[in-house]
Amino acid sequence: MIITRQKPMEEIEEMTKPFRKLFIVGCGTCSTSCQTGGEEQVAEMAEKLGDKVIGTTVVEEPCDRRIDRRDLKPHKEAINEADAILVMSCGSGVQAVAEFTGKVVLPALDTLFIGQTERIGRYHDTCRACGECILDETAGICPLTRCPKALLNGPCGGQVKGKCEVGEYEFDCAWVKIWERLKEQDRLDLFMTFRPPRDYGKKSLIRDHIF
Amino acid sequence: MVSKRPAYSNLMKEIRKGKFVLTGELEPEKTTGLEEVLASARAMKPYVTAANVTDNPLAMAYMNSLVPSYVVQKETGLETVYQMVIRDRNRLALTSDILAASYLGIRNVLAISGDHTVLGDNKGGLPVYDLDSAQFVYLLHKLIDEGTDLEGNEVHGEVGINVGIAANPNADPLEPEILKIGRKVPLGADFVQTQTMFDIDLTKEFLKEVEKFNCPTLVGVFPLKSFGIADFFDKFIPGVHVPKDLLRAMEKCKDEPDKEKRKDLYDKVNMEFFAPFIREIRKTTKAAGIHVMAVLYERIFEPLLRETM
Repeated sequence: MIITRQKPMEEIEEMTKPFRKLFIVGCGTCSTSCQTGGEEQVAEMAEKLGDKVIGTTVVEEPCDRRIDRRDLKPHKEAINEADAILVMSCGSGVQAVAEFTGKVVLPALDTLFIGQTERIGRYHDTCRACGECILDETAGICPLTRCPKALLNGPCGGQVKGKCEVGEYEFDCAWVKIWERLKEQDRLDLFMTFRPPRDYGKKSLIRDHIF
Repeated sequence: MVSKRPAYSNLMKEIRKGKFVLTGELEPEKTTGLEEVLASARAMKPYVTAANVTDNPLAMAYMNSLVPSYVVQKETGLETVYQMVIRDRNRLALTSDILAASYLGIRNVLAISGDHTVLGDNKGGLPVYDLDSAQFVYLLHKLIDEGTDLEGNEVHGEVGINVGIAANPNADPLEPEILKIGRKVPLGADFVQTQTMFDIDLTKEFLKEVEKFNCPTLVGVFPLKSFGIADFFDKFIPGVHVPKDLLRAMEKCKDEPDKEKRKDLYDKVNMEFFAPFIREIRKTTKAAGIHVMAVLYERIFEPLLRETM
């Protein structure tokens, strides 16, 4: 799931200040699960922003252009009348709404990461969408995501009792975790394997996925 | 497995000859001058084979370490170990700097990760980490032994550099640290310098563990110039703690009002701790030497050498 967090209200008020008429779009998928852009949060936002909100809707999946077309069509008039659209979804949804409507779009949320849910309000950053998955070699723990130095041949000298120097020794050192799990699985040969530098050239070319 | 490369540096030559070597440490800071670094270099030169020049330690934005690495060699004749962290530059910049270092006559590089940017004084900076320290050793191997960059593009001229890596015997757990050294040495490391050590038993255990990698290892020690430094070190250097007795002994010295007497007291505490430590390492282990991180505390070298060598 894409994990989002609502921007501070002062920031949203500042961003929406120049516009007289606003339309709010929520997200029925990830942001609903995150409780950042579902029916309830959209209604709350409309209330806080008051009279300038001339309409709201929750698009089932705003990052899907086809669904934007389907779910925004019934609100065509209000959208046309609005000076700007406040979108309560991840950045991908905001961009799809911008493209579909051609209107000024304002992001109400900050997009944090592709996350795992422990429970509502506890999400963990676990995948960088790097395009070259090596989880088979690292015991199902992603060092690119969970190690702040993104080391492929860790750990570094900054781990203390298995905790990382980044974040006041609160987070686990990804590489100590990888070592522990590979050891349990009797696969330490994978820990000893040297992983050569990544090809960031290839990554730079990933803009679209078309098949 | 990389075959043993020639000893390009005096440090490497001395190590290969079997001499128990000492290396020192120089720390350029947030300054445009090098007077202090040069004075330190001159003061330690009679006692050490080479001196490391730190590269933005603790992620502080200081003077680039290549320039002092070169200037110290040129002005004082003291060989340097050019420390390079992979936090601040990508593979292009690392390659460029190695080529430049080679031109400037640098013969030792210490390839290290570097503390994360968020620990430093420009916390908002992008941490680069394009390569990790193992991959950097691999890049150095390509440049030195194969005459190409990472992609295989030919380098004109030779890169004659010996490569050091860092290790942290204080690491807890220690096993992944040992395995990591075993992973890194065959990529092209010529020597190891360790993080600073206070625990003799741990040091000996570590040295025993890494013997199998057959890579000369210099044990790091950090003589403590003052109680303030000892206290800072204890609190802020990741994974390193000053033993309580030593810290207490240092604290006692700080109450001496006479500056000269206080200096003598500090020196005495240091000698009482480090002289037996170094003697023990020298006599009972296969360590190649000691890396003495006595930054701005050069006066300790003479008694330390007298008592231990």
